[in-house]
Amino acid sequence: MSTNGNHNKPKFAMYWAASCGGCEIAVLNIHEKILDMDANFDVVFWPVAMDAKYKDVEAMPDESILLTLFNGSIRNDENEHIAKLLRRKSKILVAFGSCACEGCVPALANLSSTREIFDAAYESVSTDNPEHLRPIPAYAMPEGEIRIPEFYPTIRTLDQVVQVDYYMPGCPPESHQIAAVIDLVVQVLQGKAELPPAGSVIGAFGSTVCDECKRTRDVKKIKSFARIQDFRPDPALCLLEQGILCSGPATRSGCGALCPLAGAPCVGCYGPANGALDYGARLLSAIASVIDSNDPEEIDTILDGIPDPAGSFYRFNLAGSVLHANRKAWN
Amino acid sequence: MIEQFEPTIIGFTCNWCSYRAADLAGTARLKYPPNIRLIRLMCSGRLDPTFVLQAFALGADGVMLTGCHPGECHYIEQNYKALRRYMLLQRLLAQMGIEPERLKLVWASAAEGAKFAEEVTRFVEQIRALGPLNWGDKVQVSSGKSQVTNDNEMQAPSPVTRPLPRRCPHEYQRQS
Repeated sequence: MSTNGNHNKPKFAMYWAASCGGCEIAVLNIHEKILDMDANFDVVFWPVAMDAKYKDVEAMPDESILLTLFNGSIRNDENEHIAKLLRRKSKILVAFGSCACEGCVPALANLSSTREIFDAAYESVSTDNPEHLRPIPAYAMPEGEIRIPEFYPTIRTLDQVVQVDYYMPGCPPESHQIAAVIDLVVQVLQGKAELPPAGSVIGAFGSTVCDECKRTRDVKKIKSFARIQDFRPDPALCLLEQGILCSGPATRSGCGALCPLAGAPCVGCYGPANGALDYGARLLSAIASVIDSNDPEEIDTILDGIPDPAGSFYRFNLAGSVLHANRKAWN
Repeated sequence: MIEQFEPTIIGFTCNWCSYRAADLAGTARLKYPPNIRLIRLMCSGRLDPTFVLQAFALGADGVMLTGCHPGECHYIEQNYKALRRYMLLQRLLAQMGIEPERLKLVWASAAEGAKFAEEVTRFVEQIRALGPLNWGDKVQVSSGKSQVTNDNEMQAPSPVTRPLPRRCPHEYQRQS
């Protein structure tokens, strides 16, 4: 795309740090809108879609990239270096996707110590590692020292490392929301619209997924938790009322409640709704209040139906949460 | 002489009973350790679990929730909600590496000043035995430990900062 050679066009970059690549697919999934993007932007750096080297970015003047979509969280010093580099080179830096906004699934590693993570990666039954090799960040070779990125004790969100202009949540962000944001930026370029205030969430709404969900709701009284494979849920009734742990009450709206409408509970990928400082606490609060029992022993039995509270309540949010990580991640 | 560890404890009290119990303990001149900082809520059911997490994250060593006895809530049954949140929170805290005993729930009526003082005293000793939590220091200091200083001008990772809750554009507009 950059081969078009029109250097008057504003520049666009996209980068992945600790992420899965789904955000890139979501961007490509905007169909013919991608042509609008190409018509309006000169793509200068996008490792997934085109060849470019870090030194090319380092050589660019500061603030020369108009829009950078940064997806992925900060796992190692390479991620951090590129985050700082792109911050310097970009006018508008967008934390794109759940990983950059709040850590997402990779941040569940914050529940474990570095040692446990490496044990799982290098010593588990599915790993063939007879020499028990472990990564060494720096290694002296006859030709000189060679380095691999250094692994940090915890995963951090993008805004815990650099200042972020906008947040675009979702795992991945819904393509129609990406298209709307690109439309907006194009309109801003043409002087037909104004950018939202810095620090705001774009490509999503402020309410909750429950607000967008079309399932009927009555009174929530949970006597036991179940999973969707355990029984055949009523297709029209609220999933939480049927005892399925659904994250709708705490999650930001904007996705159109796709999962609950398809019969799967919301898992919370759009992050905390407006006003929630800590996503997990908000969800925990909502779930605990609809448990239908006042007897401590019975409550205990019902709570056994949530075998992994941290994983359920912070599935997408641990790095961005108030506690950030398990204590042992630092020890 | 080794200085004794003085834990910092945040106590959330309910306006209608446990806060009155604390008041009664005061007017009756009962002694309890000054380690607890009381915050009055209208009801134990007002307690957002975020308050507890925030207390730990900002340096509290223990958190005590107090409310009316079961069946005696001024708002009918909100103290049961507090009970359920407390039980679920304890499970969550355990997964985060925080001893569940650092969070305690106490029922105290307006007449139980002596019980309140006694429970606070016992809790302070319990936390003293557990030792400091120092959560804030951990998050501030050692979120990364890179020593790399090569030509890429890498620095030690900056501490984890806590940005304010994020809002949608229309919320900003409503405020201005």
